[in-house]
Amino acid sequence: MSTAVHLALKEILRNRGRFLLFSMVVALITVLVLFIAALGEGLGSGNREYIEKLNADLIAYQDTARLSIAASRVDCTTRRAIRAVEGVRDVGPIGFSSASIPMDDREPQDVSLIGVEPGKPGEPPVLRGAGLLRSSADEAIIDRTVALMTRLRVGDQLVIRTTQGNEYEFYTLQVVGITDSRKYSIRPSVFVPIVTWDKIRPKAVAGPGEDDPACNVIAVQLEDPAQIDAMRQLLQARVSRIEAVDRQTAYENTPGYTEQQSTLATQNAFAILIGVLVIGGFFQIQTLQKVPQIGMLKAIGTPNSTVAVAAIVQIIAVTLVGIAIGGLAAWGLSLGLPPNIPIVFELRTGVTALVSLLLTGPIGGLVSVRYSLRVEPLTALGLGS
Amino acid sequence: MSTALEAQLVVKEYPVGAGKVTAVDEASFSLQPGEFVALVGPSGSGKTTMLAILAALLTPTSGSIIIDGQDLAQMSQKERTRFRRRKIGFTFQSNNLVSYLTALENVELLLRLNGEFNAAGKKRARDLLVLLGMEERMNSLPRQLSGGQQQRVAIARSLINQPTLVLADEPTASLDTERAFQVVETLATLVHKQNRAGIMVTHDLRMVEFADRIIHMLDGRVERIITPQDDLSCLADPGECRLIPDDVLGFEQPGV
Repeated sequence: MSTAVHLALKEILRNRGRFLLFSMVVALITVLVLFIAALGEGLGSGNREYIEKLNADLIAYQDTARLSIAASRVDCTTRRAIRAVEGVRDVGPIGFSSASIPMDDREPQDVSLIGVEPGKPGEPPVLRGAGLLRSSADEAIIDRTVALMTRLRVGDQLVIRTTQGNEYEFYTLQVVGITDSRKYSIRPSVFVPIVTWDKIRPKAVAGPGEDDPACNVIAVQLEDPAQIDAMRQLLQARVSRIEAVDRQTAYENTPGYTEQQSTLATQNAFAILIGVLVIGGFFQIQTLQKVPQIGMLKAIGTPNSTVAVAAIVQIIAVTLVGIAIGGLAAWGLSLGLPPNIPIVFELRTGVTALVSLLLTGPIGGLVSVRYSLRVEPLTALGLGS
Repeated sequence: MSTALEAQLVVKEYPVGAGKVTAVDEASFSLQPGEFVALVGPSGSGKTTMLAILAALLTPTSGSIIIDGQDLAQMSQKERTRFRRRKIGFTFQSNNLVSYLTALENVELLLRLNGEFNAAGKKRARDLLVLLGMEERMNSLPRQLSGGQQQRVAIARSLINQPTLVLADEPTASLDTERAFQVVETLATLVHKQNRAGIMVTHDLRMVEFADRIIHMLDGRVERIITPQDDLSCLADPGECRLIPDDVLGFEQPGV
């Protein structure tokens, strides 16, 4: 073991309380950063998850809707026109609205009610059970979060509550399949056939719905997904009054999505900045307290490199221990959260947050390392420059 | 026998405003191996600056310092650092020990720095602490030791690398009289036994009885070099001192 590492570890070992206390501060910052990152991921995923996982290459909106799903209305004629364009493999209508599932002992569970054409783009793959059969069947696919919250299984009856006119109406559907998490608009999703959707979706005036209802958007599968840009332009040229975009553009244009993500990213950056300042402050104070000792070490012939490496080893060790404790604490806390809380620990964002935190130690400690390098050995004799 | 230390016409000046202050003024003396010398003088006489120059911590404005045949002026900063840990042993007035290392680890630190942390080195460290009566406190941290015990550990550390020159800066400043005598006697005895050259800066004239010679500094100059057997009243009242013949000094006295 090098002298620098020996000095660094002995100091930590013999001042365990002080260094552990500081690692705990780093741990708290780690928990904060990871939770903000997970919240960002959870909220982002809650907004985009269904669209991100959609089995389609392009999404076609009404051209005047400015990529707002809620404002977009696409009718059957347009759907058929899109299907007729060469290079389009298949199309599927998708309708979005909200509903709730009455719960016996709790508040109703709000869900996104999504209407899709059975067997067409837009219908999610099922993990258990089967897909939707007919456009007008009273059946539903629920996503994993709905299944966890309601404890419904394949074959169970699902009651959906929507507002029709001024009244609540209740519709009973059969759960035919369960898909993975497919949140939309921060809510878990229930997928129903498009005609059924048109019947039960909230309406100002109650009505039976149409046999071939208008939908919000059209999911478009291409023969060759590599030609996505060319096909987008071709569709917009051939079919009047539509605007087609890829999935990423679609979810980035979800109302508030970009603003929400940039707000959370700013919060995270500030949390990391606080980490840099806290770590820097701690080691700077510690270095100031150790000036006479550092002077003595240099006077007896300790090279500057040993002093610097010892300081860096301590900074890295304290940061690593803090991040490990904070990471475990965040993971432990996340296990206790109910599934409807939008906290998602995703590997990429988690690793990015942890690497950023790992850099906070050395960056924060740079000032104190520089300061300790500038301590003159003459201080051991009570002489300064 | 080769000279352990030779200081020739050493001058140290500091710029102050448009002028300058001379902290050390043409100081010259030499030390032989096995010789223990007290460097005395009132506050501001330049003794600590002289010690810093001898320790290769300060570069003199002019003059030369030769230790074990090596001229400090010819060395780079890095070489001076290496030279200090190999050829010079230190005991300071305070903050002598690394607070988070035990007594034994403090002594062994020099071995680690010099790449000599092996079985022989470890044995030497233990033997030195035993010799200094610290066998029961080897694993104690500095805060668990008395001031005298801390100074004994510092003395062990200053000798562990068998240095040419041992420098002690006011080693008794924070000790009571009994412990101060013990510490200086121990230091002097080990310097003599191990054939090192030792210089102790002290303001406590009672401690000079353990020295072979006394270098008296005044206003940056070596005012006189005497032995403990001489009339020491001049140290307190320089005007009353008689001059010492050159053959006692080990080097020609400048300006005397």
